[in-house]
Amino acid sequence: MPSAAGQTLRKVLAQSQKELLGDWLQGQLAASTLRSDLMKENELREQSRELLALLQTATQNGSLERIDGTDWTAVREFLARVSRSRAQQGFSSSDTATFVFSLKEPLFARLRADLGNDAQALADELWATGYLLDRLGLYTTEMYVKGREEVISRQQREMMELSTPVVQLWENILALPLIGTLDSERTQVVMESLLQKIVETGASIAIIDITGVPTVDTLVAQHLLKTVAAARLMGADCIISGIRPQIAQTIVHLGVNLSDVTTKASLADAFSIALKRTDANLSRYSGAAT
Amino acid sequence: MAVVHRSVLPIRSQEDIVRVRKATRESAVVQGFSLVEQTKIVTAASEIARNTLDYGGGGEVEVTLFSEPPRRGVRLVFSDKGPGIADIEQALKDGFTSGSGLGLGLSGAKRLSNEFSLQSKVGEGTQVTIARWR
Ligand SMILES: Nc1ncnc2c1ncn2[C@@H]1O[C@H](COP(=O)(O)OP(=O)(O)O)[C@@H](O)[C@H]1O
Ligand SMILES: [Mg+2]
Repeated sequence: MPSAAGQTLRKVLAQSQKELLGDWLQGQLAASTLRSDLMKENELREQSRELLALLQTATQNGSLERIDGTDWTAVREFLARVSRSRAQQGFSSSDTATFVFSLKEPLFARLRADLGNDAQALADELWATGYLLDRLGLYTTEMYVKGREEVISRQQREMMELSTPVVQLWENILALPLIGTLDSERTQVVMESLLQKIVETGASIAIIDITGVPTVDTLVAQHLLKTVAAARLMGADCIISGIRPQIAQTIVHLGVNLSDVTTKASLADAFSIALKRTDANLSRYSGAAT
Repeated sequence: MAVVHRSVLPIRSQEDIVRVRKATRESAVVQGFSLVEQTKIVTAASEIARNTLDYGGGGEVEVTLFSEPPRRGVRLVFSDKGPGIADIEQALKDGFTSGSGLGLGLSGAKRLSNEFSLQSKVGEGTQVTIARWR
């Protein structure tokens, strides 16, 4: 049952939709916060029209105090869509919330025109309408943040896929230069791609270079140790390079035992060791053959 | 103790751990830590932050930059409302893990810090404080 406060709001939304849209658009287009660089006037007009239409439907039966019910589903979905697309278009969160808040001015003006003489009713109506729009504005902001988070995690996923570059340095020698944070799911992907490449190439030495990894904690160390062990089972020895002095000290304090693993300060050092080892193997084989 | 700056960060996700490391690194730089000192406190913070997330079910960290002439440092207080630790002595032992880690996070963080304390109550939660100064 619709409550008393909100009657006029319902009426205005139902009967003066067109005028309201005109006033609202005029206000938005004149506002200093308008971002015509990010969005076309047509799109703004279309979004404004759609929100008004959805609001009309929602307020006919829905409560004005709560927007989490089924009557408000369509409005919520619409606002979520708008917020997300604005987050992707590069609007700020306040730009996005302003879209909803800017409806207050034309709406309040209509309510005042309608209820001018009845101060009590006007106050009630303004309060209920203001409260509703605040709710919707906050919801928009929440959805905006979600939208941003989606953008960020998409970028993270893209980076993850980009940065699994196992390179063949020499016959039998692979290198995996790691860059960035290693404790995400990325580690798994990267390490698996190294093992895969060992199988494909039959390499006997893999250099894991951690020059670009800012922090080596016990989780990173554990991932490295597991990879080294798996590579060994597949017949390849690993060399870990890029262990800077501060990382070496920290690893020792952590109590992580890397003594079974060959470690080198730089990729160049690791490569030269690797060359020696593969050469040594070759000469031993050729020696045995003659 | 003069507090220069204090902030609180949530620890609810993997990304939050990255943020905690970043904030710790920045604080250490502001306090004039050498590269080795920065690396130590950042690594310790990473360990405890991950425990807060993995074992404590999430929580928060309060980062304080302090100045007690001639010392300047960074103090981090991690707290969660998780299951708590029944046997603290065991948890602090090198190599003990109830999960699948290396069991070197708590003891390692302790060795990497100038100050370390752990309070925990079963069923109520855990609070770990680490600090480093120069
Ligand atoms: N915040 C916490 N809440 C509950 N238990 C914890 C917490 N932090 C550490 N622990 C316990 O202490 C153990 C040792 O932690 P740690 O030294 O970091 O090793 P790991 O993380 O490899 O298990 C954990 O396995 C866990 O049982
Ligand atoms: Mg741990």
